[in-house]
Amino acid sequence: MTVRARETTQYVGRRRGFSRSLLARLLRKRVAVACLLTIVLLYGSGALAPLVAPYNYRAQDLSHTLAPASLSHPLGTDRLGRDILSRIIYGLRTTVIVTVASLATGSLVLGVAAGLAAGYWGGKVDTLLMRIGEVFLAFPSILLVILIAATVKPRVEGWVRSLESATGIEGLVRLGVVDYLVVFGALALFSWVGMARLVRGQVLFLREQEFTTAAVAIGASTPRILLVHLLPNALPPIVVAVSMSMGSVVGAEVVLSWLGIGVQPPNPSLGNMIFENGSLDVLRSNPHLLLAPVLVVALLIFAFNLLGDALNDVFNPRTR
Amino acid sequence: MLSYIARRLIWTPFLLLIVSLLVFTLGSYGPGDPVEVLLGQRMNQEVAERIRHERGLDRPFWVQYGDYLGKVLRGDLGESFKYPGQPVRPLILQKMWISAQLGIAALAIALAVGLPLGLMAALRQGTWLDTAIVSFTLLFMSLPVFITAPFLILVFALNLDILPTSGWNGLFSSSIVLPALVMGLPGTAVIARLLRASTLDVLGQDYIRTARAKGLPEMLIQRRHVLRNALTPVVTVVGLSLGTLAEGAFITETLFGIPGVGRLALDSIFARDYPIIMAITLIIAASFVAANILVDIAYGFLDPRIRRRAGAGQ
Repeated sequence: MTVRARETTQYVGRRRGFSRSLLARLLRKRVAVACLLTIVLLYGSGALAPLVAPYNYRAQDLSHTLAPASLSHPLGTDRLGRDILSRIIYGLRTTVIVTVASLATGSLVLGVAAGLAAGYWGGKVDTLLMRIGEVFLAFPSILLVILIAATVKPRVEGWVRSLESATGIEGLVRLGVVDYLVVFGALALFSWVGMARLVRGQVLFLREQEFTTAAVAIGASTPRILLVHLLPNALPPIVVAVSMSMGSVVGAEVVLSWLGIGVQPPNPSLGNMIFENGSLDVLRSNPHLLLAPVLVVALLIFAFNLLGDALNDVFNPRTR
Repeated sequence: MLSYIARRLIWTPFLLLIVSLLVFTLGSYGPGDPVEVLLGQRMNQEVAERIRHERGLDRPFWVQYGDYLGKVLRGDLGESFKYPGQPVRPLILQKMWISAQLGIAALAIALAVGLPLGLMAALRQGTWLDTAIVSFTLLFMSLPVFITAPFLILVFALNLDILPTSGWNGLFSSSIVLPALVMGLPGTAVIARLLRASTLDVLGQDYIRTARAKGLPEMLIQRRHVLRNALTPVVTVVGLSLGTLAEGAFITETLFGIPGVGRLALDSIFARDYPIIMAITLIIAASFVAANILVDIAYGFLDPRIRRRAGAGQ
């Protein structure tokens, strides 16, 4: 009989029970449940927009322009007689795509990978990655994102057009694929820095812990140490940060579309709706055109922030 | 601590160099010809070539970039494309002064409202007041300005009709109230939230119990022991909130028709007025970096523990 050395990780040994109790603790908070429901409702209706929305986002009903709320149009109609509720639901679809895509690429993949590398290897890798991050933090992200969107987008559009003519695939430009690509690409460029710093800080602490030394001692491979030992233990702050940053990504998409450089009409986005109706005249005569999308964005951001706060309480042993 | 600051100062010029190269590259390889934008309908191939040659736009990229850097080092930020003959420096300085006034007003609101809110929430932890303040801060923390602005305009300018909807008449006029409020709200929330957290942290420390045990008056404890220590992280955030302010400025200035540097930046990007974009980006980046270093220094002075630790680490 041989005694096999077993790897131990700080939490992973009792992880199943641990995460289950965390979830239970989260679900005991009424605020957190309300936020989760709100997010699921808004994201769900956005993801299933064609099934949920009562009308198509382009369907015009010119005999009912600027109609107030009614049974057939729960939030009224806009200048072209388009159903506002349907447009919001389709706008949410854009929000879902942009937030998930930019967060997945920017924060989760780039940010976590850079943070793990910088924290674990330290030295030159650390310096290089953190310096690159500093460059991105050296100016207001919105300025560079606008600049990228204004200068790079037409070029990307050109590439996609030549791709279209070369391969015979049609409609990529018309469907707004380019808009999505540029918008979430530019957002991802900035969103990785904060996450990388957070993960790096965690890893700096975790790699000095005994379970890491033990894992190194029994010859675990570096990817195994990073992914099985360090990453799970750094997870709680990552989850909190993701929830907190979702709100700002939602806001950033709206800002870009609002400035007219993000998602282009007629493709619906909440930013577009706000942009189209963002004048004093609208506010004076038909405030619901502007306030409906604005309220949805505010609700979404609020839900993400509150959820992040609740998660923080649940994860933080001091406030438990 | 000193060598830490020295290292950061040495790194700063390189950082600015990278930033300038990044923006210059985006500008030159991005599409949209500034000369075309300038000429508009009067576009004429010959005239365009001549203007390009006059401005040196037909030279290779590295020559243009080197030339630009040399000029910047001598304090010459170039000439606007859109307004020929208009040097960039005085234009930007004048706009920056307007934005600075707006920023100061916003920061003043953030501090004047945020600090009392945060302290109140911490001292009444667990009561309805605390809950209300915490929810308020969570709502406004990352609410973009274009969301708060329509509501405030609707209520104060259109319904109550007590404030103007837009315009700029200097620091001491009613037209600054709404934009400053809109820009100050996120800062208010962040400051209140942070001060609440740091105050709660300080309240749990042993030396507060000691102070109470030896019978110091509660007012004195709160002022000298609690507030003073709890303010340290707030200093950082005020320094770093420069970024949030600058970000809010782009949209707020456009929304409220304020002729500041944020509005200028947006207009210049759409007009491809690269000399102005470059200058604004460099100035903002430089002030960001300066603010970061100042915050680090201030932090060291406020908290002797950090000074010692950083010194010991060298």
